[in-house]
Amino acid sequence: MTALGLLQIALYVLVLVALAKPLGAFMARVYQGERTFLSPIFAPVERIIYKCSGVDARSETDWKRYAAAVLLVNFIGFLFVYLLQRFQHVLPLNPQGMAAVTPDSSFNTAVSFATNTNWQGYGGEATMSYLTQMLGLGAQNFLSAASGLAVLVALIRGLARRQAGQIGNFYVDFTRGTLYILLPLCVVLSILLMSQGVAQSFSANKTVELLDPVTTAEQVSQQTIPLGPAASQIAIKQLGTNGGGFFNVNSAHPLENPTPLSNFLELLAILLIPAALCYTFGRMVGDPRQGRAIMIAMLVIFVPLTFAVYLAEQSGNPRLDALQVDQAASATHSGGNMEGKEVRFGIAHSALWAAATTAASNGSVNSMHDSYTPLGGLVPMWLMQLGEVVFGGVGSGLYGMLMFAMLAVFIGGLMVGRTPEYLGKKIESYEIKMACLVILIPPVIVLVGTAIASVTPAAVASVANPGVHGFSEILYAFSSAGNNNGSAFAGLSANTPFYNFALGIAMWTSRFWLMIPVLALAGSLAAKQTTAVTAGTLPTHTPLFITMLVGVVLMVGALTFVPALALGPIVEHLMMIGQ
Amino acid sequence: MSELRPALTVFVLLTLLTGVVYPAAITSVGQLAFNSQVNGSQIQQGERVVGSRLLGQPFTSPKYFWSRPSATAPQPYNGAVSSGSNQGPTNPALQSAVSDRIAALRGVDPGNDAPVPVDLVTASASGLDPHISPAAAEYQVARVARHRNASEHEIRRLVQQATQGRTLGILGEPRVNVLELNLLLDAQLGR
Repeated sequence: MTALGLLQIALYVLVLVALAKPLGAFMARVYQGERTFLSPIFAPVERIIYKCSGVDARSETDWKRYAAAVLLVNFIGFLFVYLLQRFQHVLPLNPQGMAAVTPDSSFNTAVSFATNTNWQGYGGEATMSYLTQMLGLGAQNFLSAASGLAVLVALIRGLARRQAGQIGNFYVDFTRGTLYILLPLCVVLSILLMSQGVAQSFSANKTVELLDPVTTAEQVSQQTIPLGPAASQIAIKQLGTNGGGFFNVNSAHPLENPTPLSNFLELLAILLIPAALCYTFGRMVGDPRQGRAIMIAMLVIFVPLTFAVYLAEQSGNPRLDALQVDQAASATHSGGNMEGKEVRFGIAHSALWAAATTAASNGSVNSMHDSYTPLGGLVPMWLMQLGEVVFGGVGSGLYGMLMFAMLAVFIGGLMVGRTPEYLGKKIESYEIKMACLVILIPPVIVLVGTAIASVTPAAVASVANPGVHGFSEILYAFSSAGNNNGSAFAGLSANTPFYNFALGIAMWTSRFWLMIPVLALAGSLAAKQTTAVTAGTLPTHTPLFITMLVGVVLMVGALTFVPALALGPIVEHLMMIGQ
Repeated sequence: MSELRPALTVFVLLTLLTGVVYPAAITSVGQLAFNSQVNGSQIQQGERVVGSRLLGQPFTSPKYFWSRPSATAPQPYNGAVSSGSNQGPTNPALQSAVSDRIAALRGVDPGNDAPVPVDLVTASASGLDPHISPAAAEYQVARVARHRNASEHEIRRLVQQATQGRTLGILGEPRVNVLELNLLLDAQLGR
């Protein structure tokens, strides 16, 4: 590890923490229905939307109607994106003349974008028309993110309210999240990205003559410069923890992420909203210390794991040392494991991205995780398997972490023999059942899915790398889909009927079968009376509680996944250093 | 069903706003304010576009600096389909590919048996990486000088011109733009 590399990571964390607090406060104002400095612009738009749709912005609903609305809007989104892909060849804005997408791939992609996963079985520049990219995928990036935010806000209201039947109005939360939070941030970020060289155009691709034509099997003398409305989509795919790239290689593509500065901004956008939501939470429950405690717990897991990836990748690939390859870092090159990485990012920015994108359920990549060293690839895989609660997806990360917080107070309560409470709400059998559903459904999907795929010939045939690394590819795919991340060990040829359906079902289940128990919990908590703080109450903002919370997250993640990880990356590591 | 109207209407309106109005507005801003950047950073020579500052090109002649290996199919640096190799660290195909690349570099540069900087023999993530490290450029200086009948000093000066440092002295890595460097070579020393 180099001093400058460490400095870059430290700088990132500092800027993230500095920006999270003001944004968190702003988001609290938005969801509490207060006026903000953006109201002069967006309040009229908001009113038009409510008027056309017949939404009464002042009325609220119970958790069941809230959940029904979430599911309905997201199902409409799924259907819409499916149909858009099936008919893109006859629709406008298709300058490259892309054909209709196959039914199984369309299904997978429609689920993927409706669930905020953005797993991509297809290559963007070779499959999707500009219309599909913008109206389908681009818009879903906003709406799936706004849905996640809305569910979180409903849960927070459940914690903050006393003896209430209602947890909010989904359409209001959904609309305000899109208008006041996602859209303005995206406008700022896409303008910054365009200044760095990210493509944004409706023209067809451009063709140029090569300076030194290739003369291998056949003469190739031209190169395509791919274009398209990329910057606007990249801004939201980063900010909404979506991660679906405009181009096939995502943010490794020089026209999607051209400079170290664009890389820093895109990286910041990955964790910005999930981190800020911790402060939003603290404000909305009226105790900022609670939000800070959650934020610290997330950082305590995130930072060491980031260094672990950096260390593993900077150490390079011992099998190349024998070939006289110079992998030692110096002033004139980054060294390390550069297979599947870009020179402008080097090792530090690639490793930091790999950790951030899997800590959040973002899933965009700026380097190819499949080519990481075994331990460098293990960490991103495990960060997903922790349930996407270390920052996690916008909204979904924090509601997942709050489930762990309730589990932690429950375990704490068992230790001292008192009824557990979280923020003054008694955590009883019903709450723990719902929290455990949220915590346990993803691991079941991941492990069962991986097991089925490992014994299905059609699934094993998709593996690209021989030996145990092939198993890691399958495990990574289900870890990603089963936790709505979307990144991949991309050697796996996942655009097959088996993976399109299996991963589609995994993504759908782990998104909506987590949202429903979370909302049920919100309803049950809202109905409860708040109990007074006494000397016997376990405070949930102290270092002791932060330690317990981190411990519970890591223990559940380790106990569930160490056996599977041992079969993949750990064996591969031992084989690699053993020769 | 009373839920259907708000769900559909809100969905349609927000989809139009975020899927049409937003990208169209950003495109107008970009085309006006950052015209060169948003159209792929094309390099113009007179009327002709010779490439993109941000997309690498493949080079195989010894008189040019070589780019990094590219895993795009069917030919390297295929701008229409970006791709990495996705070879795992213990995949024997990776080792043999690296061996072949070292052999190719040494084949056109007999006598140079210095260790090869790792970025010059490993495939990039995008298959379109426009850069090599300064170390990878230095590794090729003697060869290019010989094939161009120029002094190494002269070539180093051009490498320097095509080199960018870290942004603000901190972010990213120092790098050499290969296409820009080779265009400089042709312009200053003839093709």
